[in-house]
Amino acid sequence: MVEREVQIKNKLGLHARPAAMVVKSVSRFKSEIRFIKDDLVVNGKSILSVMGLAAEKGSIIKIRVEGEDEDQALEELVGLFESKFGEE
Amino acid sequence: MKKEILLSGIPASPGITMGEVFLLDKEEIGIKKRRLEKTEVEKEIQRFENALQRTNEELQVIKERIGKRIDPEQTKIFDAQLLILEDEVIKGEVERRIREEKINAEWIYKKTIEKTVNSISSSRDEYLKERVYDIEAVSERLLSNLLGKRRIALDKIKRKAVLMAHSLSPGDLVNIRKEKISGFATEVGGGTSHVALLAKSLGFPAVVGLKDALRRIDRGDFVIIDGDRGLVILSPTEKTVYQYEKRQKDLLKQKRKLFRLKSLPGETEDGRKIEIQANIELIEDIEEALRYGAEGIGLYRTEYLYLAKSELPSAQEQKKAYQTIVDKMYPNPVILRTFDLGGDKFAGEKTDMVEANPFLGWRAIRVCLDVPELFKVQLRAMLEASVRGNLKIMFPMVSGVEELKEAKSVLDQVKEELESQGIGFDQTIELGIMMEIPSACLMADSLATECDFFSIGTNDLIQYTLAVDRGNERVAHFYQSFHPSVLRLIKQTVEAAHRNGIWVGLCGEMAANPLATVLLVGMGIDELSTSPLSIPQIKRIVRSVNFSQAKEFAQKVLETTDLQHIKRLLEEDYKRRFGAEEIICLY
Repeated sequence: MVEREVQIKNKLGLHARPAAMVVKSVSRFKSEIRFIKDDLVVNGKSILSVMGLAAEKGSIIKIRVEGEDEDQALEELVGLFESKFGEE
Repeated sequence: MKKEILLSGIPASPGITMGEVFLLDKEEIGIKKRRLEKTEVEKEIQRFENALQRTNEELQVIKERIGKRIDPEQTKIFDAQLLILEDEVIKGEVERRIREEKINAEWIYKKTIEKTVNSISSSRDEYLKERVYDIEAVSERLLSNLLGKRRIALDKIKRKAVLMAHSLSPGDLVNIRKEKISGFATEVGGGTSHVALLAKSLGFPAVVGLKDALRRIDRGDFVIIDGDRGLVILSPTEKTVYQYEKRQKDLLKQKRKLFRLKSLPGETEDGRKIEIQANIELIEDIEEALRYGAEGIGLYRTEYLYLAKSELPSAQEQKKAYQTIVDKMYPNPVILRTFDLGGDKFAGEKTDMVEANPFLGWRAIRVCLDVPELFKVQLRAMLEASVRGNLKIMFPMVSGVEELKEAKSVLDQVKEELESQGIGFDQTIELGIMMEIPSACLMADSLATECDFFSIGTNDLIQYTLAVDRGNERVAHFYQSFHPSVLRLIKQTVEAAHRNGIWVGLCGEMAANPLATVLLVGMGIDELSTSPLSIPQIKRIVRSVNFSQAKEFAQKVLETTDLQHIKRLLEEDYKRRFGAEEIICLY
C-alpha cells in the first residue's frame, strides 16, 4: 500500500471536469484507489464519490493506493493533481 | 393590467431580447415508492440497466451534436455526465438496495443520488455547488427513461418566444431552435454554469439565478431579458419598452453600420491594400467568414479536423475538407496551416508521454517532421485540392532555416510523387510559415529567401518573447501585446519580408485588437486575419487610415520604450479617430 497527500491547487476545486479526469485516469489501473479528506474515505473510481468530497482549492487530500500497479497509479495521480488538471 | 416588476439575476450571456414567455414547466417527475414481489427483483434490475443504456445513448447523441454544432470543448461536460451515469458506486448501491429492500428502481435511484447531492450542496464553494446541476441533469434523464416519460418537447413552441424555466440543462439548450427562442432566463444557475457558457456560444441573451421568479409569471406574459445587466422585466410599461427598443436599435444600428462595410475592400484612404481575412476552425465557419466580408481565409487550423472527432482524419476526408474550403472561397485565397498539435495527439501508442512544458515540447512542425507518414498524407491532400482554386500552405512553429528546408524537402517529395503518378496540382502554390517563435523573427532575413510569405502568430510570439504563461494568474499581467520588444520583432519581420520581396500577414489576436490596427498598417503589414466577427470593425479602421500618416505614427510608437506610454499613444490615436465614447466598449 502506498499513500501520499496532495493539495487542490486549481481555483475551482475538484469539480466535475477534474473529477472526470481523475476517475478516467484511475480506472486504467488495477489497484484499489481511495481518496481521503478529513474523515471521508471514498472510492477513487466513482466520479460522484470524488465530487462528493467537495474538495475546494487549498484542501488536502490523501491518496491511498493498493494493488499490483500501485506505484505507477500513485505517481500518475499525484502528477494530475500537481498539474492543476490543466486549469488556472 | 399587471404592474411592471423588475427581477434581478445574474447576467449569463449578453444582449437584449423581449417577447412572450414560454414557460417550460418540466413535469414534476412524480416518483412513488413501490414494494416488489420476490419474483420481480431481477426484472427490476434489468429495467434499471436498460434505462441506463438508453440514457447513455441519449447523452452520446447530444454530445456529438454539441461537438459539431457548437464547440468541441463544450463536449467535455457530457464526458463528465456519462461518467456520472455509469458511476460504479451508485450502480452497485442501487442494485444492492433493490435486491435487499425490494423497492422499485426509481425510488432507490432517487434516494441514492440525493445522498450525494446533499453532501456536495453542503460545500461552501459556489462553483462546486453549481456542479450539482450536472448530477441532477443526469438523474432527471435517467428517471424519465425509467418512467417511460417523454421530456417536454421544445418544438411545442409555436411562435418566437422567450423561454423561462426553473432550470435548463445543456441538453435542453441544444434542442432549442433559434427561430423559436430569442433568449432565456432560469431560476437556478450561475454565471459560470455550462448553460451560461453554451448560451454565449449560441448567441442567446440570457439571465440566470432569478430566485423565485416563476411563480410571478404566466405563460404568455410579456417580458424583457437584459442579458447585459442580468435583469428580467415583467409586464414592462410602455416607457420601459421604448427605452429598451431604443437600446436594441442603437446596438443594431452600430452593427449595421459596420456590416455595410463588409463588401468594401480593405484599403487605406490613400489606396494601400490591406487584405482582411478570416481565421477559421470548422468548415461551417466559412459561411460566417463570407457573411462578414472576409477577403480570404488567412488561417485554417487543420488540427480541428482531428479535434472534432478525436481521430486522425483520413487522406480522403482531408482532401474533401480542403476542396470544400477552396471552392467556397474561390477566387479568394485560402491558407491551410498544417497540423499544430502536441505529439500526444498523433503518436498512437506513445500517448502516455506527459510533457512538463508542452508549449516548449514536441508539437506542430516538429511532430510532422518526426512522423513523415502523417505529414505526407496531409501535404498530398492539400496539393491535390490546390487545382481547384487559390490555395496556400503554411507551416506552424518554424524555428529556423534548417527546419524549413527539411519541411520543404518533404513537400518536394510529395510533389514528385504526384507528378510521377500524373496527378495534377498547382505548380505555383505559395508556401508560407508562421512567425511565432522569436528565433524565427530574428532569422527572418534568411527564412524569407526560402518561402513565399510570413504570417505572424502574435499569441505564441508574445508568450515566447516575454516568457509568460497566460494561464498562470501570477504572471498573466506580464503578457503584454504592446510590449516594445514584441513590436520590434514584428517590425523587424515585416522589414525582412519586404526586403526579400515577400508579403507578410498577421493572424494572432492582435489582428482583431482595434487599438493595434493603425500601428500594424503603419508598420507595413500586408494582411490581417481575424475571427469573422471582427472583420467589419477592422475594415472600418483600415479604411480610415492614411498610410503615410500611419507610417509616421508607427515610427513614433516604435521609438517609445515605455509600455504605458505606448498604450497611451495608441488610445489617443483611437480616440482621435472614433471619439472617446467608443473606446469604453473595447475593454
